[in-house]
Amino acid sequence: MSPDLVPLLGQAFGETVFMVLITLAVGGVCGLALGLGLYLTRPGNLLEHRGVFAVLNVAVNVVRPIPFIIFLVALGPVTRAVVGTTIGTGAFTFAMCVMASFVFARLVEQNLVSIDPGVIEAARAMGASPLRIVRTVVVPEALSPLILGYTFLFVGVLDMSAIAGYLGAGGLGDFAIVYGYRQYDWALTALVVVIIIVVVQLVQWLGNGLARRALRR
Amino acid sequence: MSHPLLSFRDAVKEFPARGRGRRRGAPVRAVDGVTLDIDAGEVFGVIGYSGAGKSTLVRLANALETTTAGSVVVDGTDLTGLSEAQLRPVRAGIGMIFQQFNLLASRTVAGNVAYPLEVAGWPRADRDARVRELLDFVGIGDKADVHPARLSGGQKQRVGIARALATSPRLLLADEATSALDPETTADVLALLQRVNRELGITVVVITHEMEVVRSICHRVAVMEAGRVVELGDAYRVFSAPEHPVTRRFVASALRDVPSSAVLARLRERHPGRIVTARIDEVSGSSAQVTRVLAEHGVDGTIVFGGITELAERPYGSLTVELVGHDAAVHAALDGLRAATTVVDHGTATRPAAEGSDR
Repeated sequence: MSPDLVPLLGQAFGETVFMVLITLAVGGVCGLALGLGLYLTRPGNLLEHRGVFAVLNVAVNVVRPIPFIIFLVALGPVTRAVVGTTIGTGAFTFAMCVMASFVFARLVEQNLVSIDPGVIEAARAMGASPLRIVRTVVVPEALSPLILGYTFLFVGVLDMSAIAGYLGAGGLGDFAIVYGYRQYDWALTALVVVIIIVVVQLVQWLGNGLARRALRR
Repeated sequence: MSHPLLSFRDAVKEFPARGRGRRRGAPVRAVDGVTLDIDAGEVFGVIGYSGAGKSTLVRLANALETTTAGSVVVDGTDLTGLSEAQLRPVRAGIGMIFQQFNLLASRTVAGNVAYPLEVAGWPRADRDARVRELLDFVGIGDKADVHPARLSGGQKQRVGIARALATSPRLLLADEATSALDPETTADVLALLQRVNRELGITVVVITHEMEVVRSICHRVAVMEAGRVVELGDAYRVFSAPEHPVTRRFVASALRDVPSSAVLARLRERHPGRIVTARIDEVSGSSAQVTRVLAEHGVDGTIVFGGITELAERPYGSLTVELVGHDAAVHAALDGLRAATTVVDHGTATRPAAEGSDR
């Protein structure tokens, strides 16, 4: 790898970190809210509401299976309305946030469904309000799997960032293709792959550790 | 007379039918017109087989479920028509413990007991002191900082009881609280519930399918089947003179004191004389009366089967006796026994009586 590529690699790394962190933050908050909404309004649960549940459920089912590269393009008009443009890191990050929210919503819901309904009933029996139950029972009781789900989301978001990068958002994916693949520089491509693997391993290790601590058994 | 602490008036709870279209089933009436008064200070048992509606009934008492028809009045407050927000303080004033304990795995023992105090808005210092006091009362003061996963079933239920008592409720609901415990631990937890009733004056309603629970701590009992109360009254009276078949089955499960037909066949092989079963309880007659009658008529009574235990702290059971003596004396003794208590005559090995065959 020629020395003048080093700052470009650094810049690409920075762009990826930016996209991924923003997406994880926004997607994490929105996905948690959506997932809680799905869980709470599910028939038989705390805030049972067939209408709201059906709308959320359909929305998640419609958005989630769309391949991200198509979703990115299809979301164009919405992206333009919100961000003002359909190109550049900001526009792509917006699309990533939307997709990540829907993906994480399902992950959250699936992890919450496994909570023992008995502990929620106990909290109700002690006079706790639904909001308090969400804050003090639902989230803390499912914290460990939620952390693992969030770690899983990280890998998905990193994947999305590479596709977004290829379409013009920059970042490591774009760098690997432009300076590695297209220049027949397999060593450079491999270097980027190794960087990504190391980052994923570190995050997974961190996630596992936090999840274990949250389990407290 | 003071008004009851908890009363049901024609209470009905119907759950909507499951499924859709043609596969839609009928709605389920879990509680079907129950009228019941539970007085302050008593330990009241609701016994029934699973599906009898007893768990739903107790959930109507703290409004975890709302009635479809009829009313539930707790400590003078009619729960009918109250909003969710109005029901929350009512629930907070009633303690509840569960078969599966339902402790928060994410909190320590102390954190679990503090939970209802947090809901009630107690300041931290007061909470800590109250939690210590409660854990000492239930006998697990040394477990405050342990997570529930590290406790045995009996210890978990002690935490459940401490948590249920935290806000000093007047009423404690125990939903199959000992059904997940072994017999020895069950006895410990029942003794604790009895202390809760006696020392703290808290009214306890226990839901159970175990006769042992009712036998050892309940003052009064309601027997439930198919959403209805089929027998109600003083625990001793209900179980010493059971009227409904369900009650009889529970009584038979509590004490296998009446010989089955197979047992009777073996008894007849071993004992050629007249075999009779005499009830022993405060309503029918005491074992002293049985002994005296036999002595008066010069008949030897060999105890061949049976048992006497306690129900609501009073003697209860039956003795099966082989009567040996002259025919006339045996006849006279039998008449004497019938005057003293309830007797089932099984006849002799050569001339068995049909009387006892229905048991």
